[in-house]
Amino acid sequence: MPEPFDPRYDMTEAIAPAGGRGGGGGGGGGVGGGPMDLPASGPQPLKGGPRRGPWRLALPWRGEPGRRSGGPAAPTGRGLWTDAWHDLRRNPVFVASALIIVFLVLIAIWPQLIASGNPYHGDLARAQDGPAPGHPFGYDLQGRDVYTRTVYGARASITVGICATLGAALLGSVLGGLAGYFGGWWDTLLSRIADVFFGIPILLGGLVFLSVVTSGSVWPVVGFIVLLGWPQISRIARGSVVTVKEHDYVQAARVLGASSGRTLLRHIAPNAVAPVIVVATIALGTYISLEATLSFLGVGLKPPTVSWGIDISSAATQIRNAPHMLLWPAGALSITVLAFIMLGDAVRDALDPKLR
Amino acid sequence: MAARLLDVRDLRVEFRTRDGIAEAVGGVSYAVDAGRTLAVLGESGSGKSVTAQAVMGILDSPPGRVTGGQVLFRGRDLLTMGAEERRRIRGAALAMIFQDALSALNPVLPVGAQLAEMYEVHRGMSRRDARRRAVELMDRVRIPAAGQRAGDYPHQFSGGMRQRIMIAMAMALEPDLIIADEPTTALDVTVQAQVMELLAELRREYAMGLVLITHDLGVVADVADTIAVMYAGRIVETAPVRDLYRRPAHPYTRGLLDSVPRVDDRGERLYAIKGAPPSPLALPSGCPFHPRCPRAQEVCRVERPPLYEVTADAGADGRTSACHFWKEELHA
Amino acid sequence: MGRYALRRLLQMIPVFIGSTFLIFFMVYALGDPVAALFGDKAPDPATAARIRKDLYLDEPLWRQYAHYMGQIFSGHFGTAFNGQPVTELMASAFPVTLRLTLVAVAFEMALGLTLGVLSGLRRGRGLDTSVLLLTLVVVSVPTFVSGTVLQYLFGVSWGWARPSVSPEAPLNELLLPGVVLGLVSLAYTTRLTRTSIVENARADYVRTAVAKGLPRHRIVTRHLLRNSLIPVVTFIGTDIGALMGGAIVTERIFNIHGVGYQLYQGILRQNSPTVVGFVTVLVIVFLLANLLVDLLYAVLDPRIRYA
Repeated sequence: MPEPFDPRYDMTEAIAPAGGRGGGGGGGGGVGGGPMDLPASGPQPLKGGPRRGPWRLALPWRGEPGRRSGGPAAPTGRGLWTDAWHDLRRNPVFVASALIIVFLVLIAIWPQLIASGNPYHGDLARAQDGPAPGHPFGYDLQGRDVYTRTVYGARASITVGICATLGAALLGSVLGGLAGYFGGWWDTLLSRIADVFFGIPILLGGLVFLSVVTSGSVWPVVGFIVLLGWPQISRIARGSVVTVKEHDYVQAARVLGASSGRTLLRHIAPNAVAPVIVVATIALGTYISLEATLSFLGVGLKPPTVSWGIDISSAATQIRNAPHMLLWPAGALSITVLAFIMLGDAVRDALDPKLR
Repeated sequence: MAARLLDVRDLRVEFRTRDGIAEAVGGVSYAVDAGRTLAVLGESGSGKSVTAQAVMGILDSPPGRVTGGQVLFRGRDLLTMGAEERRRIRGAALAMIFQDALSALNPVLPVGAQLAEMYEVHRGMSRRDARRRAVELMDRVRIPAAGQRAGDYPHQFSGGMRQRIMIAMAMALEPDLIIADEPTTALDVTVQAQVMELLAELRREYAMGLVLITHDLGVVADVADTIAVMYAGRIVETAPVRDLYRRPAHPYTRGLLDSVPRVDDRGERLYAIKGAPPSPLALPSGCPFHPRCPRAQEVCRVERPPLYEVTADAGADGRTSACHFWKEELHA
Repeated sequence: MGRYALRRLLQMIPVFIGSTFLIFFMVYALGDPVAALFGDKAPDPATAARIRKDLYLDEPLWRQYAHYMGQIFSGHFGTAFNGQPVTELMASAFPVTLRLTLVAVAFEMALGLTLGVLSGLRRGRGLDTSVLLLTLVVVSVPTFVSGTVLQYLFGVSWGWARPSVSPEAPLNELLLPGVVLGLVSLAYTTRLTRTSIVENARADYVRTAVAKGLPRHRIVTRHLLRNSLIPVVTFIGTDIGALMGGAIVTERIFNIHGVGYQLYQGILRQNSPTVVGFVTVLVIVFLLANLLVDLLYAVLDPRIRYA
């Protein structure tokens, strides 16, 4: 099943409106061009062979980053982000999901803020009891307070999500960015390697990998997600760099003798980073979902770590007599995933308003 | 006076953008008689294509919206007509040729099928008959081996051949009027002439009216009867082609004419209109051309010029100019 | 076309080798297949050595891999923990998972295409907005949550479906699991269809179709859908491979004895032949599905066919 975290699916394409078929397709239409300057933006002939369908073409980006900031004259992309921020502040979806995420991060760091109990302390006499005063979510199989465990469960999910995303985004954008900039054999090799990782069904890979690399900590899970997650980011970064590289101001910088490193860092990276940020944000949500699924299958996080996936797994067997055990951790997990996906969706819309 | 073939009256089109409402077309009027050619001349962004799209009823809406005016086609207003009736006119009596044939043709249908469709839908022909007519049509626009090529897809044709197919599609039902939106802009110079020639020849043969939208003064001189010059969403001058070339009555037209390089002026500095066209979101007060106009006076900043009737020496018929100083310009 | 197919096939080979080697590496190099055979007991050193020799485990990894692949291509997948040949397990498991996948795909196609087309044609209206929001929610609820909840509601509370599937797994019992399996794909299909429709609706050739005076239904069916559905059809094609490999959660929830179930047992009991064998076959299925999709793509889009 294409779990949302499956890197084979370019989340941004399916989640947010897809861009032009060839990336950077129909430009124009910006403020400068005026609305009458209707671009001829039909489907572009695909370049080269299909990469398993256009939704997975290198860059799901239509307007080139930085374009609206006044084109070649202002290549820093500041205008793009200023405009996007202007839009985002008024977007209720963005505000709501950002608040949820801030809240989640806070309770991941200080769960004591809102939960005074001990997530490990169980009172078997109250096993599976429903809500009681001071215990609004009831008790689990071992008489532990579901509310406290739900609050403490955020830490594992957020840690895995953020660490795995940082790892995958760093690795992916460096490898993909270099491949896009330099091209050649390195580019070819990288896309073959990415194909190999795409060839492994992610849940199966997770089961196999985590059943042999076991430890009580979150790091094998994080490592595995980085291992299978980076190719997706690298593809996006590569496509983004390839598009930006063709811009006149980049060409100009190269002709004027700027070094590769300088061109890449000063001129290309700021403009190519937007799609990576969007994809990484959405991926963060899906990685949390992946961690919970692996924990549910018994190979991800292991007790005594407090994790929504583990709690859902044990609640699932008891669903007939104690549905509340499932409801709260499952709800918290879904809302967390949703918050990140919606945040990415909103950011994407703001960065690429033509697609709305 | 008999009803004109196409009579656009005070047409207004707005675009809603995130930066505000842009008036893309601000009260355009022009007319074409049967069998005549009107050239609509203007820079990109002057509203000439948007006007044509509004006439055809293919405006992108949203964001575009017709906010006023009339489009009389054979005396009937297309804008107030029922959708179904208007559809029957589109393609059959009123056809359009687009600039970029590669994107304007459906990439996944053979060109023969796209042509045959016209006969199937408007004439109710059988698929086989329609297909035969499509091949004839391709032959008519001089596509070599038309019978075999009818099964090919748009991307398999060269730019010039694709534009011929566009022309064939517009001609298919022998319409009364064709609107050609920059039909040769996307082509190589050598091919441009051939395509333009074909278009002019077919127009003569079927005695169709033609609205030729272009920014190319060279194209206009050969084929047009009348010229309407557009600037910032308005007509600034209309005149018979010869009069306009000889004695423009608007400084913008003069600027356009002077910026065309001529063989006999070699070595002289080429004239360029200073500045850039205004943003439709922030049109200048008064005459929209005044910030760029060499003749601008205080009145131009304050008062928008109406379309003055231009009466030249011979009492030229139907000339108009939207310049307070059209007389001075005419006699300059 | 023939050359195109051949090229795609050749490109698949290194991917196949890489993917299977990666799995092989995880199981045989990161894990210890011999120790696993003995479970909690300490292995007898002599027996362990013999097994190592039998399985070529004392050779370098690439030779082990070559040996294993050689065996696979001659049909020897080894034996499962209970002494049953792995091929027998496959023969009973794959048809079940295939049936489950087909139910899921049928569900995702029927509903996803409909919703996607409807909301794409009515962009920005109420239906569109709710569909967009709903699909986001569906994507956000992990399958193991939606599966458990739907099983509880339909299977236990309302009694409309069997909460667990019998070993023969007849089609009617697979309806609910199929829906669960296809739920996330459904959201993708819907969004992809909608996006594709919205994007193509602005394309120049649609404007041309309007200018030709075609009736709306003809513009939509003949011009808009024909182009918009290309990415959707190819997505669904790829999805068949992905669904088979990912059915493991659904099969566990509904106790379906399919590929995921067997694989899960293999992993729990650390039976390397079962795990590597099943995963290898799944990788092959997945790659073949992708190949078919590429070919299908070329059939649907003439620009690829003649490229």
